[in-house]
Amino acid sequence: MGNPTDFTLAEARDALKAKKLSSRELTQAYVSNIEKHNPALNAYITTTPERALKDADAADVRIAKGQAGALEGIPLAIKDLFCTNGVQTTAASHILKGFVPQYESFVTSKLWQAGGVMLGKTNLDEFAMGSSNTTSNFGNVINPWKAKGSTKDLVPGGSSGGSAAAVAARMCLAATGTDTGGSIRQPAAFCGIVGIKPTYGRCSRWGVIAFASSLDQAGMFARNVRDAAITQTVICGHDPQDSTSQLLAVPDFEKALSGNIKGLRIGIPKEYRVDGIDSEISALWDKGIGWLKSAGAEIIDVSLPHTKYALPTYYIIAPAEASSNLSRYDGIRYGQRVTPQGGSLTDMYCQTRAAGFGKEVKRRIMIGTYVLSAGYYDAYYKKAQRVRYLIAQDFKNVFEKVDALLTPTAPSAAFAIGENSDDPVKMYLNDVFTIPSSLAGLPALSLPAGLSDKGLPLGLQLIGKAFDEETVFRIAGVMEEAAQFKAVPQEVEA
Amino acid sequence: MDSFYNHCSQLLTRRHNSMTLDITAITKIAKLAHIEVSDAEKEHFARELSGIFKWIEQLSEVNTDNVPQLTSVSDTPLPWREDKITDGHKRDAILANAPASEYGCFVVPKVIE
Repeated sequence: MGNPTDFTLAEARDALKAKKLSSRELTQAYVSNIEKHNPALNAYITTTPERALKDADAADVRIAKGQAGALEGIPLAIKDLFCTNGVQTTAASHILKGFVPQYESFVTSKLWQAGGVMLGKTNLDEFAMGSSNTTSNFGNVINPWKAKGSTKDLVPGGSSGGSAAAVAARMCLAATGTDTGGSIRQPAAFCGIVGIKPTYGRCSRWGVIAFASSLDQAGMFARNVRDAAITQTVICGHDPQDSTSQLLAVPDFEKALSGNIKGLRIGIPKEYRVDGIDSEISALWDKGIGWLKSAGAEIIDVSLPHTKYALPTYYIIAPAEASSNLSRYDGIRYGQRVTPQGGSLTDMYCQTRAAGFGKEVKRRIMIGTYVLSAGYYDAYYKKAQRVRYLIAQDFKNVFEKVDALLTPTAPSAAFAIGENSDDPVKMYLNDVFTIPSSLAGLPALSLPAGLSDKGLPLGLQLIGKAFDEETVFRIAGVMEEAAQFKAVPQEVEA
Repeated sequence: MDSFYNHCSQLLTRRHNSMTLDITAITKIAKLAHIEVSDAEKEHFARELSGIFKWIEQLSEVNTDNVPQLTSVSDTPLPWREDKITDGHKRDAILANAPASEYGCFVVPKVIE
């Protein structure tokens, strides 16, 4: 047997069940990989090796008794935005430093009930606000991939950059993420792995530190489509503690991987052929269209006319909700507190928040406060809510004609830390392909489809109808087979 | 995204030298947001936010007459539950992360003179 970390999640699951491998051996191998790679990549804020080995031993006992759950003995990483009972949860913010939740998020509790092993909590942009994982109070995450012939550090994408880097560098088998405007899909593309954002309402947000509540959804990162399907099935489902989580049966997404997409209609939205997109990405998109055609799908050109307004709409709605959600950090109930000598309660609020929030978070709270303030609410917030309606309507119209949409995930490959500040188009466009489907609450998946000339992974995005993750997984499975993406980051080869 | 904003604002303030948000407006927003902001930061925020709002103004091109506001992406009504108490008796857990607590209560600076 080679290194147990070479197993995919599905293979590890089967090897554990067949008792060819113990969860302790598997977990120990991941703990060793974390020790080896995390100092350079900074993907984890907190590691919990003792807890991991304890979880592993308990899983081995259950496997021996024939009581294995769906993820029994599988080592997982958790984005540090999910509250974990007794384990520090920071949202990568100074204001929550030292916060130890006294309860478990619904999504993580489902993972533990299924037998998952917790390796630790992964780094992210502060309060999930960012697309490059450079706003964390715990330092930048480094992408395990390097451009050919270069030693320059690249961003892993964001906000779930730590989770994506941890999966790509084999520091876990799968990891949770959250996606508000692309925070799962864009880092998955940058790190050469699969990331799924389910339909809004598929997963409970209970115990997930809130950013923008009408957009936030939990999803999984994994090395391949099957592993993503297996883990995503576990975390979905209704929770009475989140009134927006839907009371719907959750299909077994792994069973959706039939390998057959004959006759499916796939839409290609023309508005996603934006100016300034890398020609390599355009070419890869065309290649993806070719794979679908060869597999017997019907390709249909479609139009989503309000696409270009999605970005400014998002930058009203998300900060507005964030400013409201983040008002809870007041220095009273949890987190850091700054009490000025002889100051009032309001002075305490103002100084606590000034010292506790980073630059990006403050900026978004300020934007959000402004668009919700008297006199500006109609011009900005209400206007954005109306445009959001039109964006959602665009998708509804298109889904009368097609079963899913294929687009690129991001307009470029991973960039160097700080690099993008002198390339206007790229910076504007970073989330341009992921935000529209977020605003419409639709399920979307990014899968690695090829390498750039510089040897960096590029992703394609599949967008599905509401609550039709099965079709998204089914198409993704076929595309993965066609793409034959076998490259691994240099960190893994070493 | 940090640089995204920097970028937008740089680019747009270059294009439009007018400032839509001045220091007075920023002072008011910071007060509403309960964030203490230094004078230097106010300058910075005024420039940055003005740029961002200039960029956001493109939404005015969209005709939204008679368009409803989207408040929920869900087409199905949200599930209801019985209106009863399902949780409680967790005082110590609730206070566990408080920066200051005494006698089973949160401690705050004096609010009544």
